[in-house]
Amino acid sequence: MRRSREPIIWALFGGGGMASAFFMPVLILVLFIAMPLGWVQGAPFAELQALVRHPLTRLGLFVFISLCWFHWAHRFRYTLYDGLQLSHLNELVAVITYGIAIAGTVVGAVLLWGVG
Amino acid sequence: MNPKYRPYYPRWYRKRIPIFWWLQKRSHAAFIGRELTAVFVAYAAIMLVVLVLAMDRGQAAFAEMMDWLGTPAVVAAHVLVLCILLFHTITWLNLAPMAIVVKLGDRKVPAAAVLIGHYAAWVACTGGVAWLLIWR
Amino acid sequence: MADTLTKPETVTLEVFRYRPELESEPTFDSFEVPYHPEWMILDALNYIKDDLDGSLSYRWACRMGVCGSCGMLANGQPVLTCATYLESLLPGPIRIEPLEGFPVIRDLVGDIGDFMGKLSEVKAWLIRDEEKPVEEGEYLQTPSQLDDYKQYSMCINCMLCYSACPIYRLEPEFIGPAAIALAQRYNMDSRDEGAEQRMDVLSQHHGIWDCTLVGECTEVCPKNVDPAGAIQRYKVSATMDYFKSLLMPGSSS
Repeated sequence: MRRSREPIIWALFGGGGMASAFFMPVLILVLFIAMPLGWVQGAPFAELQALVRHPLTRLGLFVFISLCWFHWAHRFRYTLYDGLQLSHLNELVAVITYGIAIAGTVVGAVLLWGVG
Repeated sequence: MNPKYRPYYPRWYRKRIPIFWWLQKRSHAAFIGRELTAVFVAYAAIMLVVLVLAMDRGQAAFAEMMDWLGTPAVVAAHVLVLCILLFHTITWLNLAPMAIVVKLGDRKVPAAAVLIGHYAAWVACTGGVAWLLIWR
Repeated sequence: MADTLTKPETVTLEVFRYRPELESEPTFDSFEVPYHPEWMILDALNYIKDDLDGSLSYRWACRMGVCGSCGMLANGQPVLTCATYLESLLPGPIRIEPLEGFPVIRDLVGDIGDFMGKLSEVKAWLIRDEEKPVEEGEYLQTPSQLDDYKQYSMCINCMLCYSACPIYRLEPEFIGPAAIALAQRYNMDSRDEGAEQRMDVLSQHHGIWDCTLVGECTEVCPKNVDPAGAIQRYKVSATMDYFKSLLMPGSSS
C-alpha cells in the first residue's frame, strides 16, 4: 500500500504552527494594539515603509503568510472531521481547505510582489 | 477484527456519538478551542497583508488604518485575538517537548531543556520584531 | 473510632448492564456494597458477583495492575478497577461502565478484537533480516539503548488510551495510541530491523495521521507510557523519512 502524502502538509502545518507561535503575538500586540493606541511611537513612517518594501521583508512575509494559511487549512480540516464528524466528506473538505490556503498564498504573493 | 465487521454482530451494543461530543467534557472543549485558534492565525495573516498594503500606499493610508485600528471596538477585538493567539503559542510550545526528543551521544536532552529552549526562542523573536518595528 | 464517623458503611455502585437476550438497550443496576477503606472498585464488583448478582459479567485477572484486563469507566473516567480505591470516588454513587470505543458484548465486557488485530498489523515484535545463530550469543544492549524504548515497553495493553481517545471513537479504523506506542517500542529497540515494514502500516491515512494530539491517551495511561509522545515523535520521524526519500530517491532509511 502506498504511503500517505500527509507528511508534506503536516510539515507545512508544523512550520506554520511554529512560525505563528513565535511571531504572531508580538505582531498583533505592536501593530494592532500598541501603535494604534499610541502606547509606542514606532519607528518613523519612512523607515517602516522602507522596511516593508525591502525584498527580503516581502519574501519573509510571503513565506510566513503562506505557512500560516497551511497551518490553518490542516488544523481546520481535522477540526471539521473531529468536531462536526465530516470525515466522510474527506476529499471535499481537503480540497476546500487546502484550496483556500493555496488561494491565500497566491493572492499574498501577487499583492506582496506589487509592493514598492 | 476490523471495525468494519462490527455491524455484522447485531447483538453488540454500540453507543451513538453525538455531534457535539466535545461539549460534554471540559478537556475536550479545550481541545477544540485549541484547534480553532488556527482560524485566528489565518485572520492575523490576512490583516498583516492589509496593513502592509496600507503602508505601501503612503503615510495617509497608513494613518487612516491606524485610526481605524485605534477605535475602541476594534481594539477590544484585537485584544481578544491577541489572547487567542497567546493561547495558541503557549499550548504549542508546551507540546514541543513531546515531539522533539533528541539524544546527544548517550544522554537524552531533558524535556525541560527543550521547553525552555522554545520559550527562549519565543522571547528572542518577540524582542527582535519589537526592536525592528519600534526602536530601529 | 473516628473513621466510622466520617466514612460511610456502604457505597452505591451504579453498574451498566446489557443483556442482549433480555433487552435491546442497556440499563443501570444499583448495588449497595459495604465500604472498606482498602477496597478497590474490583473488590466491590467481586462482592456484587459473589453476594448480590452472580450474572454480572466483567473482565479481571491479576488484580495488581499488570495484566491490563480490568479497564472500565468509573464516573466517566477510564481506570483500572483493580488500581482505583473506592475511597477516591466517595461519596458515590459510583457509575461503572465498560470502556468507550468498543462495542459491548455484555454488561461490562467490550469486544477488543480490533485492538488485537492492530497489534499484529503494526508487527509488535522484533523483526530481524537475519537471526544471529545461537552460538554467537545474545544481542547486547547498553543501558542507553534500553532507555530509548523502555518507556514504551511498559504498555500492558489495557486499552484505557483507546477509551480516552475521541478520535478512536469517531474513526474506529484509526490504529490508535497503544498500537503506535508499541510499534515505537520496537522501532526504537536497537535489536530491531523492522522500522521500514512498520512505516508502511503507520503511514496510512488511518495510521498516525488521524491523530490530532488531543493528549487524553497519555493522561489516562496507568503505566506512564506516554502514547501521545510516541505518536508525535513518529510524525516527526515519518515526515523526515518522507522528505529524505523524496530528495534522495532510492536511499533506504
